[in-house]
Amino acid sequence: MTTDGVPGLVALVVVSLATLAIGTYGLRISRTTSDFYVASRSVRPRLNASAIGGEYLSAASFLGVAALVLTAGAQMLWYPIGWTAGYLVLLVLVAAPLRRSGAYTLPDFAEARLGSRRVRALCSVLVVAIGWLYLLPQFQGAGLTLTAAVDAPEWVGAVVVGAVVVLNVGSGGMRSITFVQAFQYWLKLTALLVPAAVLLVIWAGDGAPHPSGGGPRWSLPLGEGGQGLYTTYSIVLATFLGTMGLPHVVVRFYTNPDGRAARRTTLVVLALLGVFYLLPPVYAALGRAYGADADDTLVLELPRLMLDGLGGDLLTGLVTAGAFAAFLSTSSGLAIAVSGVLAQDVLRGNYSGITAFRIGATVAVCVPLAAAVLAPDLSVARAVGLAFAVAASTFCPLLVLGIWWRGLTPAGALAGLVCGGVGAGSGVGWTLYDGVPQSWVDVLLGQPAAWSVPLAFAAMVVVSLLTRGAVPRHAGRFMVRLHTPEVVPLDRG
Amino acid sequence: MSDHRPVRVRVTGPPLRRHAPRARTGDIDEQTALGDVFLSSLLREQLALAVRILALLALTVGSLPLVFHLFPGLADVEVLWVPVTWLLLGVVVYPWLVLLGLRFVRRAERNERDFALLLEVMEE
Repeated sequence: MTTDGVPGLVALVVVSLATLAIGTYGLRISRTTSDFYVASRSVRPRLNASAIGGEYLSAASFLGVAALVLTAGAQMLWYPIGWTAGYLVLLVLVAAPLRRSGAYTLPDFAEARLGSRRVRALCSVLVVAIGWLYLLPQFQGAGLTLTAAVDAPEWVGAVVVGAVVVLNVGSGGMRSITFVQAFQYWLKLTALLVPAAVLLVIWAGDGAPHPSGGGPRWSLPLGEGGQGLYTTYSIVLATFLGTMGLPHVVVRFYTNPDGRAARRTTLVVLALLGVFYLLPPVYAALGRAYGADADDTLVLELPRLMLDGLGGDLLTGLVTAGAFAAFLSTSSGLAIAVSGVLAQDVLRGNYSGITAFRIGATVAVCVPLAAAVLAPDLSVARAVGLAFAVAASTFCPLLVLGIWWRGLTPAGALAGLVCGGVGAGSGVGWTLYDGVPQSWVDVLLGQPAAWSVPLAFAAMVVVSLLTRGAVPRHAGRFMVRLHTPEVVPLDRG
Repeated sequence: MSDHRPVRVRVTGPPLRRHAPRARTGDIDEQTALGDVFLSSLLREQLALAVRILALLALTVGSLPLVFHLFPGLADVEVLWVPVTWLLLGVVVYPWLVLLGLRFVRRAERNERDFALLLEVMEE
């Protein structure tokens, strides 16, 4: 290892230690099972919003957006827009009712609303599948970052992130993770903001060279022709509607004290994400102006490209710390969501609450970790986007119809989940197998959301109407609970 | 003179809630016809609000790909040396999303307040 690796190594150690220290602080006040799953539902909007922002901004946001925009231009700006607008859709359609449903996890919601064990089981499988699909690239990204920063073999980063996550999640659950993730949002923002400010000053000092070489297409916000239009709208649909169906996003809403707080939290999250996403395009434009290589580690390499000596080293350390925080926080959130489901649906019979949660956390991390280490070349970078498509095609219709339409039946929900899951899932399989889109078939399967989301909605509605007699008897009463404000004293079961 | 001493009175604020609001919320809990009317009015109001906000989102942000598909020349327009696409998609869109969210939260909370008030009025 050369001295080039020192700032990265220092950053890595500091972030890991700070994460564990804050997690331990949370541990002192984590005592009950309720603390583990939902932080005893007592997290205030501003702290909770920072935690949601910290959890949500993954490696894809911190490293991926800048690299994608550098390579493909303005059409990639739809990803950060969609990831933010997804929270607006979530705020408008599900935030407060979801909190008022009083359930722990997505499968809990499905069972409470529809009273069906089979819907619950299918939801559990989907949560674990989406969670693992999303965890895998986090671990791989950690490997890439560590390789770029300190020249370590790729498996080291994955193992370090996995170990810190298991320790933190397993020891303190949701309560300690809330503090850790709130800290990590501000760390990530600082780690992009400060270097961006310094680099912009340097850029101005260099006579503000124009970001050239991208060609006219670099500023066009969508691809060419009908395929470009389809792809863009499919990405828009997947991200706008998929956010509400991501397991680690939904689980956070149960930590709010009430429905009103859930709404306010989401509003603050919108603002926090908006501020963050102003920054990656700056890196992309600077990278273009200074002729940076187009690869995933652009954000990590740009400071040294523009600034020599100690300044470059310090900024490199800072962005490395931010990138590492991104892997840690997102994988922690996903691990919590997956281990919550594993603990409740698989392990509960055999173990006590907290023990089951700890075993669940270990399993939740180890499976995708093993996949990341054993198959490092698996092309999953594009499948992350597909995790959104799967979520948009399964949990989005279930949540929206479950909250707003009394007529949803268990059979309808099953039909929609299967249609959406199989539709979007075939897209995942096709992308992993095939790769580069060329024909319309590739395009349709590579970005399935534009047809799989309407398909899932249609299946849910049509089958529910066909099985009208099977509307659960308590459906009306449950919807009362979802929509009545907490100031009205109700029997909330 | 001690006979004329006024009787001690405990001074308190006005009663916060004159009746325990059991009856009407009972209607909602028990899914009586009246309870159904209350709830479906709140539900309709909140759903209409949600649809309005989402329609605004679709008309503004959602229409951009189509606009740039039909008029690709717009991508070359520059405002203050920055291409207009970058300004719109990289900057302007975020405060707009927050504004839409703010409007929704205000309206949704007002709808809920009105609903709670309606229940209280029905008590009297």
